[in-house]
Amino acid sequence: MLLVLVAFTIGSLALPLLVRAWGPRAFFGAAAVSFAAFLYTAALSPRVLAGDIPFESFTWIEPLDIALSMRMDTLSWVLALIVTGVGALVLLYCRWYFDGKEDLGQFAAVLLAFAGAMYGLVLTDDVVVLVMFWEVTSVLSYLLIGYYNRRAASRRAALQALLVTTLGGLVMLIGVVLVVVQSGTSSLSEILADPPVSPVMTAALVLLLVGALSKSAIFPFHFWLPGAMAAPTPVSAYLHAAAMVKAGIYLVAVLAPVFAENPAWHPIVIGLGGFTMLLGGWQALRETDLKRLLAYGTVSQLGFLMVVLGYGTQDAALAGLALLLSHALFKSALFLIVGIIDHQLSTRDLREISGLGRQAPVLATAAIVSIASMVGIIPTVGFVAKEGALAALLYEALGGSAWGLVALLAVVLGSVLTAAYGIRFVWGAFWTKRDIARVSWPAPSAGFASAPVVLAVLSLAAGFSAPLLDVAFARYADLAPAASPGVPTPEHPAYLSLWHGFEPALWISLGTIALGAVLFVFTARGVGRRRVLPFTAVDAYNGSLRMIERLSVLTTTLVQRGSLPVYVATIFLVLVAGEGTALLASSDWQADLDAFHTPVQLAVAPVMIAAGVIAVRARKRYTGVVLVSVTGLGMVVLFATSGAPDLALTQILVETVTLVAFALVLRRIPSRLGAHNGSSFAVGRAILAVLVGLTMAGVAIVATGARVDVPISLAFPGLAYEIGHGKNVVNVALVDLRGWDTMGELSVVVLAATGVASLVFVTNRSETLPQITAPIIQRAQRAVRRRTPLTEADVEGAPSRTAWLVGGQRVRPENRSILLEIVVRILFHSIIIVSLYLLFAGHNLPGGGFAAGLVAGMALVMRYIAGGRYELGAAAPTDAGRFLGIGMGIAVACAIIPLAFGVEPLTRAIFEAEIPVLGHIEFVTSTIFDVGVYLVVIGLVLDVLRSLGAEVDRQANAAVDSVAAREGGSRS
Amino acid sequence: MNVSIVLIVIMAVLFAAGVYAMLERSLTRVLIGFLLLGNAANLLLLVGMGRPGIAPFYGDGEPQEMSDPLPQALTLTAIVITFAISAFLLALIYRSWQLGQADTFDEDEADVALRERGMRADDEMDQEIEPEDDDATSDFLASEAADDRTKGSGS
Repeated sequence: MLLVLVAFTIGSLALPLLVRAWGPRAFFGAAAVSFAAFLYTAALSPRVLAGDIPFESFTWIEPLDIALSMRMDTLSWVLALIVTGVGALVLLYCRWYFDGKEDLGQFAAVLLAFAGAMYGLVLTDDVVVLVMFWEVTSVLSYLLIGYYNRRAASRRAALQALLVTTLGGLVMLIGVVLVVVQSGTSSLSEILADPPVSPVMTAALVLLLVGALSKSAIFPFHFWLPGAMAAPTPVSAYLHAAAMVKAGIYLVAVLAPVFAENPAWHPIVIGLGGFTMLLGGWQALRETDLKRLLAYGTVSQLGFLMVVLGYGTQDAALAGLALLLSHALFKSALFLIVGIIDHQLSTRDLREISGLGRQAPVLATAAIVSIASMVGIIPTVGFVAKEGALAALLYEALGGSAWGLVALLAVVLGSVLTAAYGIRFVWGAFWTKRDIARVSWPAPSAGFASAPVVLAVLSLAAGFSAPLLDVAFARYADLAPAASPGVPTPEHPAYLSLWHGFEPALWISLGTIALGAVLFVFTARGVGRRRVLPFTAVDAYNGSLRMIERLSVLTTTLVQRGSLPVYVATIFLVLVAGEGTALLASSDWQADLDAFHTPVQLAVAPVMIAAGVIAVRARKRYTGVVLVSVTGLGMVVLFATSGAPDLALTQILVETVTLVAFALVLRRIPSRLGAHNGSSFAVGRAILAVLVGLTMAGVAIVATGARVDVPISLAFPGLAYEIGHGKNVVNVALVDLRGWDTMGELSVVVLAATGVASLVFVTNRSETLPQITAPIIQRAQRAVRRRTPLTEADVEGAPSRTAWLVGGQRVRPENRSILLEIVVRILFHSIIIVSLYLLFAGHNLPGGGFAAGLVAGMALVMRYIAGGRYELGAAAPTDAGRFLGIGMGIAVACAIIPLAFGVEPLTRAIFEAEIPVLGHIEFVTSTIFDVGVYLVVIGLVLDVLRSLGAEVDRQANAAVDSVAAREGGSRS
Repeated sequence: MNVSIVLIVIMAVLFAAGVYAMLERSLTRVLIGFLLLGNAANLLLLVGMGRPGIAPFYGDGEPQEMSDPLPQALTLTAIVITFAISAFLLALIYRSWQLGQADTFDEDEADVALRERGMRADDEMDQEIEPEDDDATSDFLASEAADDRTKGSGS
């Protein structure tokens, strides 16, 4: 059975290709898959009938004890046969129905997948998997109903069906979870074998029923089914007659033998089912569209099935299962016949069709047989089922069961309506109507008509083989009690047969047909547009949709204010509210507090506090930035006096580079921070700010006071030396012990650098720094060769090679400083050497990749400041992007390569050697990782310089030039 | 663990100043606030280091005498990331100035539009869910007619 599921999956995945190759004929292949599944299921019949239930299981989610288990008991067997058999016929029928249509691949695949999902749904023994298949059918039916996706009505109907059935499915899921928790297993057969009894189980049952009602279009969820008639007719025949709507009936049929005595059961199943039967039947009398007539007929019949299968006695169960089979056969046949009429005549309005019966005798016969089965006329299977149902309910009603009486009345009245709309269908589709012109009928091909004819023949055949059905179905019926509580057990159980003799049920059945015929005569011309109920379910549906939309708009406008300060304030408010209350409730206010650790802290504190407070109130940008730098320098002092030389070194370098970057940008924008820059709600902001500060102070005190364990870092120095072979513990921690942190950090740095470049260059990220080291003529030649514009062709003469800084010659004379150029020229290479020293010494002494990269970056900053952007181009050996990429690549390689040797990522390797002169040399591969860090940091600084420095220069120059050109142009 | 009140006071003030600035509309002030927050967060790590000792170099002393190296490694990472993000913010400021000659940000237009739409939304939604062509009585003719209608409405 699991194999069949696989076959359905593969088949539906292959269908699009098949459709491309064969066109609509690919439906033959689809039908073959479904038919093979039918044959397989049929081949298992002897085992099922013998009570040797086929069972397969494949563990899926072990911790939750969920398995893809398939169990073919009698009920599942009947439904599997229906799903695959009718599925095969419908897919066959599609071959002609969609003849000449394009873009069938997806549709065919979805239809076949639907058949597979349905097959899984009726066979699975795991309730969670059942819900999964349930939802799969909902989603696939959405795609099928919305096949005519260019029609608004079609899309709306598909969405409506999806929302209603998935809502039901979700409610059902809650019920399933409750059941699983109650019974401790997700196996359906085990749950039914030992059903939990508790109020929670009753609630779960109601939730399960909500799912069943929504899927099977029972009031108040019935409205989606007529809407779903926007689907192509084969889909209606399959989903809305044979398959999907049967899912809810199936669930009820599974639960009824065990749970029918639950107090919540009968009011829902019989009350709503009976009402739906009447509502649908009455509505069917009003319809003029043959398909919608059948749709409401289906709603009515689903109510009928719900009542009989949900009743929960042995006789009702037997009749119900026969009813299920007969309904699948006749309703799909009728839909397919309507599809043929629609295909041939391009209408299905019974006010436009006349005289079809004489022209299409075979089709008319098939339709009449099917209708006879629906109405319950001998010798069809429908008759057998209906008589059995009436007899079972009559016995219960006479035995004193109140719900039995209700069910009987509903079924009798519903049968009258069924007879009336059944006759109406035959009359509407095939009769010759005096006031309507006879239509001319292009005969459909034999293959096209074959599917409904086969189904009609099966309706007859099943009727004649009623005793066989009795044997086959008895095993399901035996699960149910013989009679409901308070009703005496019948002397002998009922059996399915074509002829029971002149029993009361037969007279009732005949009476309903006669009354139905009379009703038809009175309502043949329609019963007007009067509504059965003062409101419609569709209105309720639309109303709730509208309410949800309003609610969502309301929520969005409330939450999404579109203002950054509001969002930031919200974040901080949550921090204060959450963290603050936790702190106040905490009992860990026991930190070991000292006023200060070193006198330097006392000295630095007032400076930092004053700088921080004044920085945020500064009126000029530079003031604010410089004051922030003061707090940063305060950090340097604190680090330096707290035994953290690496931090002090890195912080001072970062402060410098940040200040330079600030200066580069701020030179382009006005220095004053005006009042119009929106400094509102100062008091509120101040209060929030103070609260955050207090909260964080509390965090610091409580967090440090709450530490009870020995810090992990006590082991760091030993680890650093023994594993990492380095003495600088902080550096080894960065590149080795906590290398993943650094890896994450490098990613952030690369992203930020790329972001900077993208924001400034906007259009062309690959633009490299200008080069003038080569003679200008060569550049021109190269530019021609590469077809790139020579942007700086306005050079007056080739640059001399004798200058201190070659790029300096491109700086405007008033901006040049020879002194600076000379100093830079002398210092640059020394600084680079220092940075390399820091890089390699960092393993044992203060330094490391970060500090070294920043130092190298400082060297580049100097070159840029002294010589302008051309000098930066000359100084940078390659593009910033390459630095970032190579650095990141090295770091990633350091993580990945150890994997090849079967050790964890970022594991270091150590090479030692005795070299003459130099002595003992030790090399640790984490140094290579540090080189990656070094390159990434250089790349970051270079990216900042070339974006915020060089490119901003170029844009400013271009702006000045264009202004000058415009002025020059207007003057001349 | 022994902590210094002075450090906590500096940290709290920097946090407060940073939050105050971050709640402004001016991007430059947001950046200033961000940098102050960054320093404050690093101070928090420094507080978590406890009583300072000697610099953590293997062989210079017992582990108990050294400053805790773990917060130092975290702080080092934080310093560089703060620099990278502030460079990005600087680029944002420049770009914002280049485009709008302002380094402030306004309310998101789409959000404001949605808020205004909320008032009118009812009528539109009523139109959206009004069934207009439910009565198609054929799969075959109506499809072309519906196609024409769709094209005609320009949707």
